[in-house]
Amino acid sequence: MQIKADVGKCQGYGNCVDLDPEHFDLDDDGLVVLLRTSVDEAELEKSGAAVRSCPVQAVWLADHDG
Amino acid sequence: MTADRIPGRVVVVGSSVGGIRTGQALRAAGHTGEVVLVGAEDVAPYDKPPLSKQVLVGDQSAGDIPLLGPGGWAGDGLTPVLGRAAARLDPVGKQVILSDGEPVAYDAVVLATGAHPRSIPAPEGSLVRTVRELRDSEAIRAQFSRGGPVVVVGSGFIGAEVASSARQLGLEVTIVEALPEPFARALGSEVAARIGRLHADAGVSVLGSAAVARVESLADGTGVVHLADGRRLPAATVVVGIGVVPATRWLEDSGLDLDRGVLTDEYCRASGAPDVYAVGDVARWFDVRSGEHRLVEHWTNAVEQANLVAHNLLHPDELRPHVKAPYFWSDQHGLKIQMVGRIHPDDRVSFLRCTTSAGEKDVALYSRDGGFSAAVVLGWPRAVVACRQAWERGEDLAQVTGRLSALATAATPVPVG
Repeated sequence: MQIKADVGKCQGYGNCVDLDPEHFDLDDDGLVVLLRTSVDEAELEKSGAAVRSCPVQAVWLADHDG
Repeated sequence: MTADRIPGRVVVVGSSVGGIRTGQALRAAGHTGEVVLVGAEDVAPYDKPPLSKQVLVGDQSAGDIPLLGPGGWAGDGLTPVLGRAAARLDPVGKQVILSDGEPVAYDAVVLATGAHPRSIPAPEGSLVRTVRELRDSEAIRAQFSRGGPVVVVGSGFIGAEVASSARQLGLEVTIVEALPEPFARALGSEVAARIGRLHADAGVSVLGSAAVARVESLADGTGVVHLADGRRLPAATVVVGIGVVPATRWLEDSGLDLDRGVLTDEYCRASGAPDVYAVGDVARWFDVRSGEHRLVEHWTNAVEQANLVAHNLLHPDELRPHVKAPYFWSDQHGLKIQMVGRIHPDDRVSFLRCTTSAGEKDVALYSRDGGFSAAVVLGWPRAVVACRQAWERGEDLAQVTGRLSALATAATPVPVG
């Protein structure tokens, strides 16, 4: 799976970083930065929880071609 | 055998964020049994934070704030039972009884019924409103479109956000707060003073020690808010934001332990009956850190507990306790206010001004005997992440200050207030 982000939607709530700091970070403007986009099987629970915790659906999981 | 203890059919009662995220987390964790979602409202599940903000000003409508994924109920693997509230829980027969008497059987049930807003005695009609459901927000929006003035009763976060939205629409707004210091109940005096200036600068009239005696309805549909001290405030709309009451009335004969919410252990398992869990605004869970039961009425807490309960349902031998830092945000007059931790009345408050690539940012730090209780971050989300990590690791004030200084090019203490 791959993580996708729409920075234009990001509001800086930071829940993704709190749950999965290996994939997500925030910059000084409070916008999401993807540190890494690929998610392997072992990371799926953490990354999935991170995207479900975004209050504005600015991040999501997609198949590699999605 | 663990497998024997994993429930087949999970019924989730409540179709707001705690309930929907529980169902989604169960599927994400590989649960193969049926997941039934019982919702009192017969509408597609929607998210609530925008109800006092984007929906009120017309930037978003129902279709913009879904809780389900793009594939809807089927895509998320959830079976909806909508339009009938849960009326009773029968933990012996392991069923939820709906308002029309239909039973819904469960192997495990997750209570996510949220809370109902408190209000004030109001005349008949639509003058006085609370904000909890989509239809509330849509009705207030319609009233706002006919003009002000608006009187907001209560200076909590809902009230403050409604005031901000009304100002964004150009309406005249007054916040009336019964306590002497508006905004102080959740934030303490020092930060409340800052928030008070934010509202004053945005043109909101904020009155402290302003208890409402009664609301009078006039023949033209508008009204007058009479304060206890005799002041009278004309109002086209009165929005009440004076807190919520956990929705537990339907559980009163269930045998569950109730005390201003459903009492649970640290794993969000309800006390008084097996295979019953609770999440979100209805759950008063045992907080290991403080040794007390806590109820946190915020979005992130509901999502964290949803993930936790999904895990605990599927891994009865590897139960996880709820130990996350309390966290919420509020958007008022263009400023993002984010709070981490828990304020104690004896806390000392200090302000740290941090120079960042995005400008100067202030963080209020609450501490007691050098220990870190809470932080309120004004417009600097990156600092919030650091504060949450620090809180969860039990770091002290010096360590939190060090983390924030490391994120900034300079960090200087500034006078309080």
